[in-house]
Amino acid sequence: MKRFTAWRRRPWAGYAVVLAALAAIGVIYAGFSPRTDRAEAANATQAAADLKNGQQLFEKNCASCHGLNAEGTKDAKGHPIAPSLLGVGAAAVDFQVATGRMPAMNPGAQVPRKRPIAAFDTTIRTDYEDEAKRKAAEAQKAQAEKNLADLREYIAQLGGGPSVPAASAVDPTKGDVALGGKLFRTNCAQCHNFTGQGGALTGGKYAPPLATKDVTPTQIYEAMLTGPQAMPVFNDTTLTPQDKQAIISYLVQTREEPNPGGNGLGRIGPVSEGLAGWLVGLGLLVLAAAWITAKKPKKLKKS
Amino acid sequence: MSEATAPKAVEGPLNFLDERLGSTGFFNRNLKKVFPDHWSFMLGEIALYSFIILLLTGTFLTLWFKPSMLEVVYDGSYTKLNGVKMSEAYASTLHISFDVRGGLLMRQIHHWAAILFMSSILAHMLRVFFTGAYRKPRELNYLIGIGMFVLGMLEGLFGYSLPDDLLSGTGLRITQGVAEAIPIVGTYVYMFLFGGEFPGQDIVPRLFTLHVLLIPALILGLVTAHMMIMWHQKHTAMPVKHQTEEQVYGYPFYPVFMAKTGAYFLFTFGVLALLATFAQINPIWLFGPYDPGAISAGSQPDWYMGVLEGALRIMPNWEITAWGHTLSLNVLIPALVPLGIIFTGAAVWPFVEAWVTGDKRAHHVNQRPRNAPVRTAVGIAAVTFYGLLWLAGANDVLADKFHVSLYATTWFFRVTFFVGPVIAYIITKRVCLGLQRKDAEIVAHGMESGTVLMSPDGEFSERHDPLRDERRAVLLSKENSRPEPPATDANGIPAPNSKGPLGHLRSRLNRAWTFDDIPVEEHEHDHGHEVESGREPEQLNH
Ligand code: HEC
Ligand code: HEC
Ligand code: HEM
Repeated sequence: MKRFTAWRRRPWAGYAVVLAALAAIGVIYAGFSPRTDRAEAANATQAAADLKNGQQLFEKNCASCHGLNAEGTKDAKGHPIAPSLLGVGAAAVDFQVATGRMPAMNPGAQVPRKRPIAAFDTTIRTDYEDEAKRKAAEAQKAQAEKNLADLREYIAQLGGGPSVPAASAVDPTKGDVALGGKLFRTNCAQCHNFTGQGGALTGGKYAPPLATKDVTPTQIYEAMLTGPQAMPVFNDTTLTPQDKQAIISYLVQTREEPNPGGNGLGRIGPVSEGLAGWLVGLGLLVLAAAWITAKKPKKLKKS
Repeated sequence: MSEATAPKAVEGPLNFLDERLGSTGFFNRNLKKVFPDHWSFMLGEIALYSFIILLLTGTFLTLWFKPSMLEVVYDGSYTKLNGVKMSEAYASTLHISFDVRGGLLMRQIHHWAAILFMSSILAHMLRVFFTGAYRKPRELNYLIGIGMFVLGMLEGLFGYSLPDDLLSGTGLRITQGVAEAIPIVGTYVYMFLFGGEFPGQDIVPRLFTLHVLLIPALILGLVTAHMMIMWHQKHTAMPVKHQTEEQVYGYPFYPVFMAKTGAYFLFTFGVLALLATFAQINPIWLFGPYDPGAISAGSQPDWYMGVLEGALRIMPNWEITAWGHTLSLNVLIPALVPLGIIFTGAAVWPFVEAWVTGDKRAHHVNQRPRNAPVRTAVGIAAVTFYGLLWLAGANDVLADKFHVSLYATTWFFRVTFFVGPVIAYIITKRVCLGLQRKDAEIVAHGMESGTVLMSPDGEFSERHDPLRDERRAVLLSKENSRPEPPATDANGIPAPNSKGPLGHLRSRLNRAWTFDDIPVEEHEHDHGHEVESGREPEQLNH
């Protein structure tokens, strides 16, 4: 051990290590490269198949509104029915489809969040006891994930645009929560409320609640990046990727935090508190008053 | 029983006091003071006990709360705010919540007690109004009550602003806007209040002094006066059997009422402790420190300020600009008019009523709401008015929870603000008269027994049972309206009170008060099937 340590301290030791590492990389590369060639060829055919799948999914589910070339459609009077998807990017597609908003169903003030259609539903449960059932569910989930990826890719290659954030960029345990809280209050709370309970907007629109588990970190990131419907876009200059991660950390950690001091009453502030004060507080005391005054003291009754 | 002396446990200390202060007469007299029994008479007590609890918990909070706007960087148990700049006031409230043993519980009891204090005062005032308990000689106590409610609103608003969180800061911002909107002197008033540009360094220390010293002292003074006047004048009573204008019918203060009210204090405390343990209130750590650049959806004040908030929300954006000054009607009108109508209206009501009805007698027995239809209808109209503004203050929450458009709620409240009270008045009056009619029916013909009889010639009829004595006393408590004396007497001399335009107005109002009254009275022939009821247990008269 001592000899080795002494040896390590020699001036040429560093170069030797670098050389050895380079040699190793060379050998490994040589060993793999023929196969990589083949893999690339296989990838190309696979990619073409994926793109085809994406296109088919688009034509089946989306083209009726967004047009066969995703160029958007207008009604007879020239009012847009659905916007062009050229340049919206994979992030917008992922957000809209994974939150179930697209394909849209009934026209209304705002396209609501709902369960994604079966072809894209990656939230199905797979924890069945029964082996066969579990396998089938897992296969279906994998297929939905693939469908979503293919559709994203198809629309992204039509016109570019922001892509889906990497998992590390949305990890809610990595952001600066205090900064996130501050940013959330200045940028988002006016629509989504302090704790992300949501709120009403004008014209029958609303900012949806963010405090439920099904709004995933990725979706939060994508919402900021693409600004769905009435929500503004927060691009990387207004909120840097670190800022976005901080906001995600704040939202996720706050919604997972237990309420110190009892039930949160929906965490919507004084309205539910006032209601509880009147109904529970005053209600209980009126019952107590009725009970107390209804009790006739026995002694006096007799006398 | 009224001759009974207090038992030994009380007698001993009384003797001790008597030998030194000569006051046993006072105690003996007051221990036997009679209190009537009705659940609605306990509403005021909830307010009294919540106030005591507010004093106690508030004092606890002052031990740690730092009324200072100095900027500090938080470093404490609530790690989600570590490293955030905030005022000392906010940081110390976080400290109370997370680092002081029992601190969060105390804060929550304090806040729930504030909510309960105000809601029980309002409920108590409604009881007093709808039963006519404010009539002579109790007008002064009624005015004191309104004064306490107004002081309570201010006290609550100031307390709410102390922690300097985002929600309370939003409230202060509105307060500042209202102060600034006062014509001509607005800017000076606001600068004087805040000691500089909003929010400034001074406002929290100033509010603190008002909140822990001045206003509690004023309320305490008024509470004392309220209780002493009540004690002196005696409680009003509901119209029940044995109750007359001359005598209160009920239980003696000692031991019965004291036991009841003592238990009731414990109930109040228990309910507050329960709420504070199981329901979170004002979680300031979730709201974050005040930041003038931030605002949240669903920012509401505590419920007792909701009326103002509602008025602000539904007011159209009117402004008048003249001579370089802007008159912000969009702030002034909602800030002054609705509460002005409610409080001024409530304060002058007893005097207006006495003037209209010409009733200058002292009253100790309450009226059933149905027996004063105009008063009841006006009261319900006022409740509707208040309630609509109150709901309007929560219009964004309503829009969100019930999935209606925010814009639609605003217009709904704008229209019902005017129409709602009128409809409420008309419906309530109809209902009261209907109930009077039913009472008259019952007194005249007895209760429907539900037994159908067939007479020998095949006719069906329902048997009517005679009324129980207690019920009869209640129904017959109605004072049927007497016709006004004619405007001129036999010699053509106009009656006093009916001269001039005011006199005419009075006669008109008087007619409106009485014209559709339905007399509830027993007819001679009905005495026939009166049933002799067993003697009531003798109870204490005083
Ligand atoms: C019923 C018609 C309809 C169908 C079907 C539909 N969409 Fe949409 N889509 C809309 C409308 C309308 C909007 C605009 C929403 C808005 O702004 O209120 C929209 C918006 C979008 C957006 C956001 C565009 C932007 O500017 O950010 C994306 C992405 C999108 N759709 C993708 C899809 C995809 C992918 C599908 C198929 C799975 C699909 N849509 C199916 C009607 C439709
Ligand atoms: C002007 C108001 C407004 C602001 C500011 C705003 N949002 Fe939104 N947000 C909306 C609306 C409206 C929607 C619904 C969009 C839709 O249904 O397509 C939305 C949707 C979302 C969603 C999707 C929720 C779901 O149920 O799928 C997320 C996540 C989100 N916002 C996060 C944020 C964050 C984080 C910020 C601050 C950086 C922010 N929003 C700022 C209005 C706003
Ligand atoms: C009618 C009486 C009172 C009402 C309606 C009232 C109301 C309130 C309210 C609503 C708050 C905000 C609490 C919160 O942070 O959630 C508050 C805070 C406070 N009150 Fe009172 N209060 C009353 C009397 C008192 C008294 C008598 C004292 C002291 C002697 C007091 C001391 C305090 C202090 C120190 C705070 C700030 C601490 C904190 O916010 O946690 N209060 N009050």
